Amino acid sequence: MGETTTNLDGNTVDHSGPPVLDATGVSKVFGGLVAVNDVNFVVPRKSIVSLIGPNGAGKTTFFNCLTGLYRPTTGRVIFEGKDITAKRADIVTAAGVARTFQNIKLFKTMTATENVQVGMHPRLRSRVTGMVLRTPFVRREEKAAKERARELLDFVGLKRKDELAMNLPYGDQRRLEIARALASEPKLLLLDEPTAGMNAAESEELRRLMDRLRTEQDMSILLIEHDMKVVMNVSDHITVLDHGEKIAEGSPQEVRQNPKVIEAYLGSQA
Amino acid sequence: MSSMLATARTRFDSLTATLPPPLWMLGGLILAILFPYIAGTGSLLDASIQTLAYVIMALGLNIVVGFAGLLDLGYVAFYAIGAFVIGWFGSQQFPDINGGKGIHILSSDRATFQLKLNGTHAEIPGIHINFFIVIFIAMAITAVWGILLGAPTLRLRGDYLAIVTLAFGEIVPRIFENSTSGLFGIGTTDFSNGRQGITPVDTINLPWSKDLVYSDLNLKPAYWVALGMVVFTIFVNRRLRDSRLGRAWIAVREDEVAAASMGVNLVRTKLWAYAIGAAFGGFAGAFLGSYNNTVNVDQFEFGFSVFVLSMIIIGGMGNIWGVIVGAVALSMLNRYGLPELNQLPIGFDPTSVSYGVFGFFLLIMMVLRPEGLLPSGRRKLELHEGETEGEDAAVVGDMSQMYEVRQ
Repeated sequence: MGETTTNLDGNTVDHSGPPVLDATGVSKVFGGLVAVNDVNFVVPRKSIVSLIGPNGAGKTTFFNCLTGLYRPTTGRVIFEGKDITAKRADIVTAAGVARTFQNIKLFKTMTATENVQVGMHPRLRSRVTGMVLRTPFVRREEKAAKERARELLDFVGLKRKDELAMNLPYGDQRRLEIARALASEPKLLLLDEPTAGMNAAESEELRRLMDRLRTEQDMSILLIEHDMKVVMNVSDHITVLDHGEKIAEGSPQEVRQNPKVIEAYLGSQA
Repeated sequence: MSSMLATARTRFDSLTATLPPPLWMLGGLILAILFPYIAGTGSLLDASIQTLAYVIMALGLNIVVGFAGLLDLGYVAFYAIGAFVIGWFGSQQFPDINGGKGIHILSSDRATFQLKLNGTHAEIPGIHINFFIVIFIAMAITAVWGILLGAPTLRLRGDYLAIVTLAFGEIVPRIFENSTSGLFGIGTTDFSNGRQGITPVDTINLPWSKDLVYSDLNLKPAYWVALGMVVFTIFVNRRLRDSRLGRAWIAVREDEVAAASMGVNLVRTKLWAYAIGAAFGGFAGAFLGSYNNTVNVDQFEFGFSVFVLSMIIIGGMGNIWGVIVGAVALSMLNRYGLPELNQLPIGFDPTSVSYGVFGFFLLIMMVLRPEGLLPSGRRKLELHEGETEGEDAAVVGDMSQMYEVRQ
């Protein structure tokens, strides 16, 4: 792919500079099962990259290898020039990689705002003595964090900010997950099936949101998605996994016509 | 019974809703300060003082169990450590120290000099540090032990965590019991007097005064000291609950994988919970050591851990006010509801029926009101989740088994 691409709104996006994420030879083996096999993967700067594949292809496992929830069996993951291979999840997040979950993992009994405030955890500097004494610094930081949380909820379009996460409708829970991930001020955002359970209008809204994140906040986005309409519309680059292996990659056009991809999704014509 | 409690709860809610929090807290505090004038100076006041110490311990354990969700069945270990700290720093346990003249820091007349037979004064041997300094030393030492005992358990959850903490609660008192010739096998000093325990223990004097603040005939000042310690504990608890750390605790309790993925350091967050929770155990333990005038390993039984845990469960896990209600209720029940156990120093004997009684109350609570008398909003939602969420809940199933959360 070239140094620049044009997004849906006609803006040119500049991908020059070293890639945000560079994963080489990543494998994950569970006992005898090879869930991810020797995958090379690059996320160029300010790009939206999609990872697709049939169910059980190893997409989420690969995500977990990138974000520190799994220790990859082999391979290296370089993020912004730093080796984050097999680093703990909180260290990866603090470094600037944030994620959402396929099966929504909100803190159910906290309010939407509190959920986002937890997302800010690695960016807050309060110490325990400061919290107990409630020093002016802590007071200011807490106030700023709350305001920022509300801004982020506005940004993703969630209105019921003081509602408990568990009482929010499904679409809002997905939005809240994204707001919470954004709270850690990531350079790279990993979205695991963000449009699952959303209607067409909501999916379109999410697509615009991703575009804004890229153009306004210079964020790169890695997306796992089953909704091909979303994937084809939003991605600069698509990687296809099947049985843990990378079977194709390229622009949406190239991937759409790749016979291997068609076979993986529809079965061979034997 | 359930509906009665529900009504009481609604009344309490509307009461707390109409008054701004500082007002009803202030009202409660004034009532608590004036309470000794109602209670007189007899057994009720003594029971109230013990109760206040239990309130501190329940609030400390609530940080570990209620906030961070780490089931700890060995909390008595921190009571023991705190009590022994005042036993060492406020008694004649180390008679040879400083050439037999002892060390005295802001201590009272009684702890400083004794009248010898020939009419002259001599310094009392042993370490005698002012109570108000020792309670904070006890906090610091128990906090460190909270971390040391918490660290090996970090990978465990649920039942396994409970079993390991239970073992720690058993081991710590046994170590003290056997420390008659050196601690951890180091040295030859007697640290505990074995089963006899350390007695007498210094009582309380203000740092700028040589007079004791209370006597057996007038326990009121002891009550106020304990009340001050409770207020301090509530203050710290509330501040922490509404902080970055408090949010991290609840996040860890709800979903470790998500918490770690949001940048919460699981190890540090859990260890803070253990340390701060333990610190309050030591805080109250040092007070009880002084107030009971003895530090004896017989006080540190497994039943005490269950006693404090029951206070939290019955009161309402995670809710500071609920925990206080639970602590007062159980402590008073223990004192007056089970009068046949009155003669025992802390009211517990492993073979006695008190276990059965508390077990029965726990069971009743689990059936009628699993969230406790005054539950935290969060906890109540968690326990009644299935009733409100219905079928949608299945869609967002728990897949935490999928991740290997590394700490």
